[in-house]
Amino acid sequence: MPAKSRALPTPDLLTDVRHPMEKYLRMDRLPHIWCSGCGLGTALSCFTYALDELGLTDADLGVVSGIGCTGRAAGYLNLDSYHTTHGRAIAFATGLALARPEKKVVVISGDGDLFAIGGNHFIHAARRNINMTVLCVNNFNYGMTGGQFGPTTPIGQKGTTAPYGNFENPFNLPYLAASSGAVYVARWTSLDARRVKEAMMEAIQRPGFSFVEIISPCPTNYGRRNRIGDGLDELRYYQENTVIRHGSDPKHADLGPGKEITVGCFVDEPRPTYLELYNELVVKKNQF
Amino acid sequence: MGKRILAGTHFMNGDEACAEGAVAAGCSLFAGYPITPQSEIAERISVRLPQVGGVFIQMEDEISSLAAVLGGAWGGAKAMTATSGPGFSLMMENLGLGLMTETPCVLINIQRGGPSTGLPTLVGQGDMMQARWGSHGDYAVIALCPSSPQESFELTVDAFNLAEIYRLPVLVMSDEVVGHMYERVDIDPDKIKIVERKKPSLPPGEFLLYKPGPNLVPEGMPSFGDGYKVHVTGLTHDERGYPIIDAATQHQNVVRLRDKIYKNIDDIVRVEETATEDADVVIVTYGISARTSLGALNMARDKGLKVGMLRLITVWPFPEAIVKAMAQRVAGFVVPEINLGQIVLEVDRVVRGDTIVRSVPHAGGDIHDPRVILEAIEEVLAHAS
Ligand SMILES: Cc1ncc(C[n+]2csc(CCOP(=O)(O)OP(=O)(O)O)c2C)c(N)n1
Ligand code: SF4
Ligand SMILES: [Mg+2]
Repeated sequence: MPAKSRALPTPDLLTDVRHPMEKYLRMDRLPHIWCSGCGLGTALSCFTYALDELGLTDADLGVVSGIGCTGRAAGYLNLDSYHTTHGRAIAFATGLALARPEKKVVVISGDGDLFAIGGNHFIHAARRNINMTVLCVNNFNYGMTGGQFGPTTPIGQKGTTAPYGNFENPFNLPYLAASSGAVYVARWTSLDARRVKEAMMEAIQRPGFSFVEIISPCPTNYGRRNRIGDGLDELRYYQENTVIRHGSDPKHADLGPGKEITVGCFVDEPRPTYLELYNELVVKKNQF
Repeated sequence: MGKRILAGTHFMNGDEACAEGAVAAGCSLFAGYPITPQSEIAERISVRLPQVGGVFIQMEDEISSLAAVLGGAWGGAKAMTATSGPGFSLMMENLGLGLMTETPCVLINIQRGGPSTGLPTLVGQGDMMQARWGSHGDYAVIALCPSSPQESFELTVDAFNLAEIYRLPVLVMSDEVVGHMYERVDIDPDKIKIVERKKPSLPPGEFLLYKPGPNLVPEGMPSFGDGYKVHVTGLTHDERGYPIIDAATQHQNVVRLRDKIYKNIDDIVRVEETATEDADVVIVTYGISARTSLGALNMARDKGLKVGMLRLITVWPFPEAIVKAMAQRVAGFVVPEINLGQIVLEVDRVVRGDTIVRSVPHAGGDIHDPRVILEAIEEVLAHAS
C-alpha cells in the first residue's frame, strides 16, 4: 500500500495558486524537506525553467542524485529519477548514459557528495567526456548531516567538525572541472536565477561532460555558524561581492572570505565524447 | 556484427568462460576495474562486447564499476561487473543499493586468499559469508559457485537469468583455480535459455514500480526513457518507489526483499549429488573444493567406505531443506572449503546436532590435499561407530 502523502498546508489565500512548473514536479511529494531560505528551491526551480525553455521532457532526459540535501532533488522531479549512494551519482549516471546514448543524463548533487566522497568519479567522468551534465549546489558544507566542513569550505570558516575554523585548502570547482576536461564550465550564485537557468540550458545542450556550480545559501548550518545571517542576508552578500568574468581563467576563480565571487562561463569548448570515440576507434575496428 | 554465442568446442579458462557466458546471455555493458585473478574476464569481454554492439568501460575503481552497472541496468542493459577480494569489499555499499532498488545485474567474484591484499594470485573461498552478509542491513542474495570452466559459462548465463527473474544483483562466486583452469568448454546454442527483462504490463500512471506479483517480485521494470518517470531510491520506499521513512514501510520493504528469495527457494536452489544413496558420510562442498573432494570420495570408495558428495551449485540461498533431510540418514557431514570454516556454519545451523558436522578448513593459497579430506571422513566414521 502506498503511504498517504503528507497534506499540504493551504492558507486560504493560496488555494488556487499552482506552481507554474508543476509538469516537471512530483506534486505528490511536496512539500519538500528543504529549510526556508535554502538555495536549493531556487536551484530546482531554475532547472525546471531550463527544461521548459528547451522544451525537454522525460523522453529526453533523466536525473541522478547522490545523498545529501541537494541529493533529494531527484526525488522531486517528475522525470526518470535515480537517488543513488553517497558520492556515486556520477558513476551510476555513467552506466545510464552508456546504456541510453540518445538521452541526456543530469546529475544534481552537493559539494560534499560530488567532490569529497565522489571526487574521483567527477574527474574521471570529465576526463572521459561522458555525455552528462553535472549541477553542483555548493553550500560550502555538509548540510544534510548537520553542517560539517567539506572540500569547498573556505579557510577560516566554521563547521560542526571545524569548531576552530577550517584550515584545509578548498577546491576551486570550475578550475578542477576545466582541468579535468569538462567541455562546459560555469559558476553562478543562486541570487542570479536567470543566469543559473541559462547556464543549465547551455550545459544540457552541450554534448559531453558539462558542469555548472551554483553557489547557494545554507542558512540553517553554514550561514548560522558563520554569522552570515539568514538566506536573504547571504544573497545580499552575493550581490555585493559577485563579479562576472566570462572566459577568464578559472584558476583565478578561487573563493574565500574577503575575496570576490568570480562567476561566469569559464569553458565552452567541444571535444569528442566517450561514445563518439568508442564508436570511431573501437566499434568500427570490428566491422569488416 | 560478431556472434554472441560462440557455438562449438573450446579450450578456455574459467574467467574467459564467464565472459563468454555473459556475452551469450545478452550482456551489453561491462564496467570493471582490473584485479588478479579476475582480469581475464575484463580482457576477454573488452574484445567481445564491441563485436556485438555492447560497451566495455574500465572504471576508476570497483565502487564506480558496480554503480555504473546499476545505472546501465536501469538504462535497459543487461550489465555485469567482475572483481576479486579487495574489489568485492569496495562493492558492498552498491551491492546494497542494487538489492534495495531490485536491480538485475551480475557480479562475479573470482575469489583469492584474504584478508586485505592477501594472496593476489592464489586461491581462496573466504568471501562466502561476505557474499551473504557483506552489505549493511537485512536482505537475501543469490550466489552460484562454478566448479569448472564449463560451469563458469553455464552459471554466468544462469546468473543473468536469475537476476531478471528475481530482480537483484546475482553473485557468481568462483575462485582463482576455477578461473585460471583451462578445460574443454562446449557451447551449444540449443542448450542456452535466455530470460529477457520483463517490461511493465500496465501503462504509466497505473503502474507501480515496486508492486510485487504473486512470487513477491516486482512486476516489470521500465528502462530510462520508457515514459514511466520512475523514482528509484536506496531509501526505504513504498510501492511507488517514494521514500517513506517509518517502521511500517521498512518492515514491508525489507521482509519482502528477503522473502522473494526464501519463499522461492525451491525454484532457485540447485545442488549435485554424487554417490549419496548409500552414503554414511557426505561431503558438503562447492567450487574448486568439490573437485578435490571428488578425489577424496574416490579414495574412500576404493577403501570400501560409503562416502557421497553434495555439491552446492547455489550456495545462497543455502539449500537448507536438502541438507536437513540428508542429516536424518547419514552418520556425518564433512565440509571442506578454502577458508577457516564459513559454509560449515550454515550446515551446522541447519543440522542442529542431528548428525556430526566436521569442518575441513584451509587458510588459502592452495587447494586441499584430498588425503586430508579422507582423514576427516575416517574420523567422522570412527566417531559415529
Ligand atoms: C557512505 C556514506 N557516508 C556518509 C553518509 C552521510 N552523509 C549523508 S549526506 C552527507 C553530506 C552531504 O553533503 P553535500 O553533498 O554537500 O550535500 P548538502 O546536504 O550540503 O546539500 C553525508 C556525509 C552517507 N549517506 N553515506
Ligand atoms: S540544511 Fe542547509 S542545505 Fe539542507 S535544506 Fe537546510 S538550508 Fe538547505
Ligand atoms: Mg553541501
